[in-house]
Amino acid sequence: MAAPAPILRMSGIGKQFPGVKALDGVDFRLLPGEVHALMGENGAGKSTLIKVLTGVYDIDAGEIELEGRRVAFSSPLAAQQAGISTVYQEVNLCANLSVAENIFIGREPRRLGRIQWKKMRRRAEEILSRLDLDLDVSAPLSSYSLAIQQMVAIARAVDIDAKVLILDEPTSSLDAGEVAQLFRVMRRLKEQGIAILFVSHFLDQIYEISDRMTILRNGTLVGEYLTSELSQVELVGKMIGRELADLEKLEGRPPAREAAPLVEAELLGRTGAIEPFTLTIHEGEVVGLAGLLGSGRTEIARLLFGADHAGTGALKIDGQAVSLRTPRSAVARKIAFCSENRRAEGLIPDLTVRENIILALQAARGWTRPIPRRKQDELVDKYISALNIRPANPEQLVRNLSGGNQQKVLLARWLILEPRLLILDEPTRGIDVGAKAEIQRLVAELSDGGMAVLFISAELEEVLRLSHKVGVLRDRRLVAELDNDESLTTDRLTETIASGAIS
Amino acid sequence: MTRFLRHRLFWPVAILVALLALNLVFTDNFFRVQMKDGHLYGSLIDIVRFGAPLILVSLGMTLVIATSGIDLSVGSVVAIAGALACLQISDLGDQNSIGGVLGAVGIALALSVVLGVWNGLLVAGIGIQPIIATLILMVAGRGLAQLITDGQITTVNSSPYKLIGGGYWLTLPFSIIIVAVVLALTAFLTRRLALGLLIESVGGNAEASRLSGISARGVLITVYTFCALCAGIAGLMISSNVSSADGNNAGLWIELDAILAVVIGGTSLAGGRFSLGGTVLGALIIQTLTTTIYSIGVPPETTLLFKALVVTIVCLLQSPAFREKVFHRRRRPQAPSPVTEEKVRVSA
Repeated sequence: MAAPAPILRMSGIGKQFPGVKALDGVDFRLLPGEVHALMGENGAGKSTLIKVLTGVYDIDAGEIELEGRRVAFSSPLAAQQAGISTVYQEVNLCANLSVAENIFIGREPRRLGRIQWKKMRRRAEEILSRLDLDLDVSAPLSSYSLAIQQMVAIARAVDIDAKVLILDEPTSSLDAGEVAQLFRVMRRLKEQGIAILFVSHFLDQIYEISDRMTILRNGTLVGEYLTSELSQVELVGKMIGRELADLEKLEGRPPAREAAPLVEAELLGRTGAIEPFTLTIHEGEVVGLAGLLGSGRTEIARLLFGADHAGTGALKIDGQAVSLRTPRSAVARKIAFCSENRRAEGLIPDLTVRENIILALQAARGWTRPIPRRKQDELVDKYISALNIRPANPEQLVRNLSGGNQQKVLLARWLILEPRLLILDEPTRGIDVGAKAEIQRLVAELSDGGMAVLFISAELEEVLRLSHKVGVLRDRRLVAELDNDESLTTDRLTETIASGAIS
Repeated sequence: MTRFLRHRLFWPVAILVALLALNLVFTDNFFRVQMKDGHLYGSLIDIVRFGAPLILVSLGMTLVIATSGIDLSVGSVVAIAGALACLQISDLGDQNSIGGVLGAVGIALALSVVLGVWNGLLVAGIGIQPIIATLILMVAGRGLAQLITDGQITTVNSSPYKLIGGGYWLTLPFSIIIVAVVLALTAFLTRRLALGLLIESVGGNAEASRLSGISARGVLITVYTFCALCAGIAGLMISSNVSSADGNNAGLWIELDAILAVVIGGTSLAGGRFSLGGTVLGALIIQTLTTTIYSIGVPPETTLLFKALVVTIVCLLQSPAFREKVFHRRRRPQAPSPVTEEKVRVSA
């Protein structure tokens, strides 16, 4: 098969950050009409490569050719005008504007300087219908789910005469049906000859949609492969540079010891968020929550952490009735919560890794009792190496870290508090296989050490692997509580989620 | 050299030095500091002395701005504190009684604290946007100050009170000593204790801070209270220097100068990281500018225009984006020539 000439070719790309070599001599090419997966662990250089390509960063070495011509983009806008459009993991649209406005923002159809609203709405509808979407284009974007917002971002991207479409983890917050819809859209774009660069941590999705993949490790190129010629096991091995039996090691965990109940929620609920539910978490127990996006998983977590007020019901900790009015009071009772929304609800991007890690401990002590600097360094160094946070520089601004490492910083923040109940909301979302295994192993160790964990994840395998018992949610209601014994399989979980009843 | 250039206080220092150098050209002996009657005299001393109230107000403003808030009411608090202190002192039988003056100062500062708590409650408790919440006190407070002084200028004749803004102690103007103490105290609270970290955290991401167990409400009330207290002290200084209280004009527009000082000092109006040293430099730059305008003889009718011009230049020089544009214009070749072009960049 004679391969068509690549539409995009990057060769010998190098990029240096203070103290880190983010990319070193990386080659990459993209053929028209293919879906090309960019694979690698967190910090392998995927995001940097994309940012170099789209003009967010300068390159220090190497060159980029688009359709045979050498280019250097000074800004994402310049890249977009040349036909390279990007849709990021976190939707970068204006939620308060309408769908149509979002699609046409900055390039509204005008006549005599006046915006032609009617034409704009009609064209927006056309564009969306090409992607099999039927939306009210004059409704504010915020009235649609994250998945739909993502599709709108893609619609906007491809309408700008895109030759290359970059999708940076578009599926990390979508459920299965939405992923299928996205893939349908991607296949259609592919038929139109658009080259798609796809980044995802879900291996199954990579194998379903991509034709070819390029693997990076530690900022260097491992190689380019046809997806059909590389098995999943080989892929993972190449990504992390070692065989991955780690994930399997967790199988056959000892059952939780008979322990005292730590947190008991009785008919706890909040109107519009979650129907009253009853749930008991014992010391050393991992309780998984399974359910679709928006089924009320996060809402349960927020009630147990005092981030929202419960409207009904009662909460007992150590058998004593408590009312958690603020996160602060939950922290005082040794409950910790890692939000799924790292950027908005977790990290302070302008502070350093060290400051982010000690933040919760400092908050608990109050500002009049500062943590001595030596103690801070000790704690931070300990967790940077225990969680393998890279780069291992405590004075690095947290905004400069990759997603997985940011997640670890957030985990470290809570772990130094030595909580009794750790609530993890999608801790492995958008994280590569290696870091995922590390975090799963950590959860197992913590629970063996007596810490209770509430583990929320969209990946049922993961929930099953870690949990002692699984709460199943559907439509903002806790519909079932299943013990994780031999009989519980992902199929049975899926069925319970789908039917809303214990099978 | 590059490290020196990249230091975040490089530009404020450079601007201050440039302004001082300008003065040296126009005024002989500008840098001369001499001893008269056991007191230090000189233009440099005057700049710090007259700038003292602005430095105080700016310090409080820095912390408020670091939480991504703003306090427009400081000018009114300046007027209220001065008015109340002068009213109390003028009612004293013996205006020179130290106890009486201390009592008046205490009452004025206590009211400032109450006003700060009020601002803090509006912002943190009710959740009104800071600019609106403090606008209330900015307008109402001016009225309150006039109410206290009955719309008149209240004059006092009290030597202990005069010390605060116009007196000397240990050869230095007393106001400079007050500023030094407040600055040291602020630095201690924010940098030695952990208040600074919590303020920067709340300013950087309020929701994430709340979910980390920080009492954002407590932090906000603390900074607004601190800001009003600083404004109160500044108010005492201003009224003491002229031995009178003017409810209409004391501290008028000082909030704008203070915001400007904070911004020149490199603290972002979006909140987050703040720099106390930068703010002090910023306030000194503004005061030096005022002095410069007089010393180089800018015609009075163009004073405001001249000031605006300099401030614009200062702000532009402070902006990394602007410097990037002007000083590195040829950094990114738009259409790269086939000639292999070495891109030399100092540690990106």
